[in-house]
Amino acid sequence: MIADADSIGTLVDKERGLVSREIFLSEEIYQQELEQIFARAWLFVGHESQIPNPGDFVLSRMGDEPVIVVRDRNRRVHVFLNSCRHRGNRVCRYDQGNTSVFTCTFHGWTYDLEGKLTALPFHDGGYNDLDKPAWGLWEARSELFEGSIWGCWDESAPDFREYLGGTELYLSALLRSIDGTPGGAEVLGGVQKWRIPCNWKVPSPDTDRTHGWITHKSVDAVNIAPSGQGRRDRSDRGQSYTVNFPEGHTMSMTLPREDAQPYRGSWASTPIVGEYLDHAYQERKKKMGALASTQCAPGIFPNAGSQGGQPWVIRIMHPQGPTTTEIWSYFLIDRDAPREVKEIIRDYYGRYAGPGGMTQQDDMENWHWSTAASKGTISRRLPYNYQLFVDEQPLHGPSNFGLPGLFCSITSDENHRRYYQRWAEFMAAKSWDELRVHEHVK
Amino acid sequence: MHALTTPTEQDRLLLRLEIEDFLYREADLLDERRFDEWLELLTDDIRYWMPMRRNVPYGEQDREYTVERLDMSWFDEGKTTLTQRVLQMKTGSHWCEEPFSRISHLISNVRLLDVEPSEVRVSSRFIVHKNRLEDEDHVFIGRRIDTLRRVDASWKIARREILLDQNVLLAKNLTAFF
Repeated sequence: MIADADSIGTLVDKERGLVSREIFLSEEIYQQELEQIFARAWLFVGHESQIPNPGDFVLSRMGDEPVIVVRDRNRRVHVFLNSCRHRGNRVCRYDQGNTSVFTCTFHGWTYDLEGKLTALPFHDGGYNDLDKPAWGLWEARSELFEGSIWGCWDESAPDFREYLGGTELYLSALLRSIDGTPGGAEVLGGVQKWRIPCNWKVPSPDTDRTHGWITHKSVDAVNIAPSGQGRRDRSDRGQSYTVNFPEGHTMSMTLPREDAQPYRGSWASTPIVGEYLDHAYQERKKKMGALASTQCAPGIFPNAGSQGGQPWVIRIMHPQGPTTTEIWSYFLIDRDAPREVKEIIRDYYGRYAGPGGMTQQDDMENWHWSTAASKGTISRRLPYNYQLFVDEQPLHGPSNFGLPGLFCSITSDENHRRYYQRWAEFMAAKSWDELRVHEHVK
Repeated sequence: MHALTTPTEQDRLLLRLEIEDFLYREADLLDERRFDEWLELLTDDIRYWMPMRRNVPYGEQDREYTVERLDMSWFDEGKTTLTQRVLQMKTGSHWCEEPFSRISHLISNVRLLDVEPSEVRVSSRFIVHKNRLEDEDHVFIGRRIDTLRRVDASWKIARREILLDQNVLLAKNLTAFF
């Protein structure tokens, strides 16, 4: 089955809140997604703290493709396809490191940190007319955003800030250190990478506030939270909403509150962390005002998810086939936090998140079986239901709250409806001209 | 307990047999889901650490493993968290182990690395086979380096390093103890 302008309405029905199971299972639709979505959208590829020095590189992925993220001698960041222009072999086989060149191990084509083809064997006499500048490493567009690094293959795509639309403010808040310093976060060593037998879209849209009470029932019962109660600290931050954007990005947030004290009394079993966070929060308020209290964790269309607070993480859902997803979790922490504080917070991330995390383990179980139990002949004829608050009129953030985004009830499925609508737009659109959002909600 | 102060070759062999027997018994406790008895085999200050493993160039092996207590890892925790994990399994609502998996620990290549009067450091290999529901099947292979401490008259595990032979984890989650 192919998703096109004719069939798309049967695959995603935003008005009724119905989505066909085919889009989570079909090999043809998956191949089309790689072209229509992953070759056109802005994709998260890493964080500057992973490559602080000239020559530093780290491997990443864009869609089904391996890429190298590298900092050149002039400190500029590049994103290259990790495939030799000669016969396609990978030119880098190490997860991260520092280098001056990338040399293909097949025939020795060698590229510098700007991707230029600088050396190739048998050049004299054989390749006399080779146009070397045309045979450099294939480079993606890349943009830096407050420490995060994003890549895009499509020359006609808007720049990254326009792509973000109203989420720019919130992504910036996510990437600030707790004390509000822009770009003050760093990625802890060790990106967790693991494979799940589910479609990549299942874990991608934020937010689903209706699964936790049952999916995470067991971890709620054993009190892994820093304060020794429940699975995470519940702080009184204010009225919560799901928030979505015409660009397909989704998140949840609490309305800003001047008097919020989100870290008071948290981390009761390790007061050094509670005191650190509370102090940093007071600084954050000075820099960000009331917005300081909102814990922003936008999901950026198509496959970047995040969590604010604890754990503080950016999660990328890399497609590896219609029913296989490889998640990469980048755990963030205040770059300048004392080592003892980092260690305690990191301990909490480990017991909460990732394949060994007591909370996330049960997510993977449900994502897996949502896919596996949908595969049957009869099963795949039945649509998924995203009808919670389907008739609710979203509140226009700028006019109601002075904040970007469209606000709905915290248990609404509107984020999913928005996400799959945007997915349908990408699948049907012939070019970026049709995808451009003309009215951002910001 | 054999004389460790002036160990003869025979003492060392006997000690290795004693340690092997301990490790096999521990594996049985895990595979029979006798988790409370398993927890009793751990010292209160146990460090249970499974780093992630990077692909690094020859000569840079010191960067292969994520750093304990500094970087992220697959596991880096103590007895409190291990005990919480056991409690979680017993809730009946820990869906990734409900119904419980069929797990076998095959332990081999047992070698004593260091022998002190009250502690031994022992290296072994594991194959942990996990089969679940109808046809879910996973195999985890790697090496463990344990520090066993003599407490009263029995051995306890004071430290366990688990070196899994994978880079990207080729499983949806890690629900077994290693």
